[in-house]
Amino acid sequence: MVNDSLLRIRDLKLHFRTTKGVVQAVDGVRFGLGHNEAVVVIGESGCGKSSLAKAVLRLLPRNVDTYSGEVYLNGTDTMKLDEEAFRRQVRWVKMSMVPQAAMNALNPVLRVGDQVAEPMMVHYGVGKDEALAQARRMFEHVGVPTDFMQRYAFELSGGMRQRVAIAMSLVTAPALIILDEPTSALDVLTQANIMNMLKRIKEEMETSFILITHDIATSSELADKVGVMYAGQIVEVSDAFRFFSGPLHPYSQKLMASVPRLRADVEPEFITGQPPSLFGLKPGCRFAPRCPARFGRCDQNPPVYEVDGREVRCWLYEETGTLVEAAKEA
Amino acid sequence: MDVATSTPAESKVSRAGQTMLSVQDLRVWFELRRWGFGHAGSVRAVDGVSFDLGYGEAIAVVGESGCGKSTLMKSILGLHLPTEGEIVFEGTRISDLGSRRMQWYRSHVGYVQQDPFGALPPFMTVSSILEEPLIINGVNDPHERSERVVRALEEVKLSPVEDVLPKFPHMLSGGQQQRVVIARAMILQPRLIVADEPVSMLDASIRVEILKLMRTLQEAHELAVIYITHDLSTVRYFSERIFVMYAGQVVEKAKVDDLLADASHPYTLALLAATSDPDPENALTFKDVPPGEPPSLVHPPAGCRFHPRCSHAIAGLCDAKEPPEFTLAPSHTAACWLFR
Repeated sequence: MVNDSLLRIRDLKLHFRTTKGVVQAVDGVRFGLGHNEAVVVIGESGCGKSSLAKAVLRLLPRNVDTYSGEVYLNGTDTMKLDEEAFRRQVRWVKMSMVPQAAMNALNPVLRVGDQVAEPMMVHYGVGKDEALAQARRMFEHVGVPTDFMQRYAFELSGGMRQRVAIAMSLVTAPALIILDEPTSALDVLTQANIMNMLKRIKEEMETSFILITHDIATSSELADKVGVMYAGQIVEVSDAFRFFSGPLHPYSQKLMASVPRLRADVEPEFITGQPPSLFGLKPGCRFAPRCPARFGRCDQNPPVYEVDGREVRCWLYEETGTLVEAAKEA
Repeated sequence: MDVATSTPAESKVSRAGQTMLSVQDLRVWFELRRWGFGHAGSVRAVDGVSFDLGYGEAIAVVGESGCGKSTLMKSILGLHLPTEGEIVFEGTRISDLGSRRMQWYRSHVGYVQQDPFGALPPFMTVSSILEEPLIINGVNDPHERSERVVRALEEVKLSPVEDVLPKFPHMLSGGQQQRVVIARAMILQPRLIVADEPVSMLDASIRVEILKLMRTLQEAHELAVIYITHDLSTVRYFSERIFVMYAGQVVEKAKVDDLLADASHPYTLALLAATSDPDPENALTFKDVPPGEPPSLVHPPAGCRFHPRCSHAIAGLCDAKEPPEFTLAPSHTAACWLFR
């Protein structure tokens, strides 16, 4: 059984209207997360990873076509809350987010200390002095010298700005933080520093993380659990230990084989073909056209099977796994 | 010698091991201005880099952003003039070339950009993108041009060619766009390809495919390749030698296997330690990262530029005198006082 005591997502859908038709960016996601757990969501670009983060935090653009499903946070269904209640009770109070390239999205005309303090004043109505004191504690947590609070974003390096963006998501002490590609624009040493910091914060503040990334090697630094996303669906959820030594889904296996390794002399492979377009997806397994293990059943939508506490959306596990979510009708 | 008509096997025999490109004590400084005219110091982007590149050899320049690797690359392409030192291509100093000879040089040096979508003009079709270098370089026969365009696309495995030719860049996927960029770099049959992070904008699953393609082309045409990258884990499969750059200087040069097995410079060791492999054990430990950030290139630290972050720094030596290159083994050098 996949631990989902903190966050439980069932059949989450987020479709967008565009001039070319409806994009099924998030299409029936099943996912779970426990307390003080770090889950990494990996997948290729365009598989809907960032849309999943937006769907969970309900940061929706105007062209939403379908937004449905269940998102339970600590047992309450946040999808039933109206926008005002969600803003007051959930966003930045229980869940916060570090969006992609957040370090380049800091307000250039505000001191970074004030920016970090702002969520405290907005969500908890505390005075400025108290909010700044809390911000100062967060700067210490993320390893930015507290005298940097007086600086502006352009006076900080990329790594420091990313730390400030993370401090901003931490300041209200939410139970869950969603990080969208937190290290992809940073240098190797800075990346390692940020991952060290996230590990420490996870211990010190007992925060849970959802880390969205395409960098599998770096993600292994933090992961307790791994979710693999392909064409709008989570195709595998597994504990990190068994995932990195032997993933179940053929796509996960291919993805792992494509990672170049520094310490093992294994020639990396590549996945032939391209991910499907998310416009008007056909029934059947979405990975089947690129899958080396495809067989007759793959032209029907695969259900989710549980195999030794890991979940996988693949027909190969029909006999060895137990059914946990029936296949949807085409 | 006309490269277009020689077969790869012939040219391998004739030139293997010979030096094609030689960079000698290259310094590229950019002047900072105060009030638009006063001198306010220089950014020493490249500060004393020397190396030789043989025919058909692939090297990788590894370093963090701001270490000068892109400036080095642009100087080799002839886009920046050296402040000091020289770049010699087949016996000719490229800073001496006039504009017509520069065109000759550029036809021998292909450039693969980092962002394929930004590198391809959005209003030109694939066929016109690939034809343009041929027109500029005097291939006047339209039949020959279209033949060479088709051949280039076949070589980068963009098939069916007829479907790709009339397309605009936005109609292609990222991997296909990068193939067009590679085809454009290859179409004049250059002897050197400079690739600036050719796969960092691509997905992990297609990176390997593009790198393998470049390796195949390199071997088939006896191309010399300079990869500029920050990713140590990919270069091992696609280059012969690695140069590690820090703050405008090359701190370690070694063959790939030597560098991975026996890295010497403390900065190289830090880079290797910071690079992760997908391993669940990683989550249990903290990485050992040197403190601080790369120095300002306007006022670099005296002595070794890495010494403020180095845990092995020798007081009185590393902070006073710039370390020379020490030879540790044949074709393995490190600029570090630990090896004096």
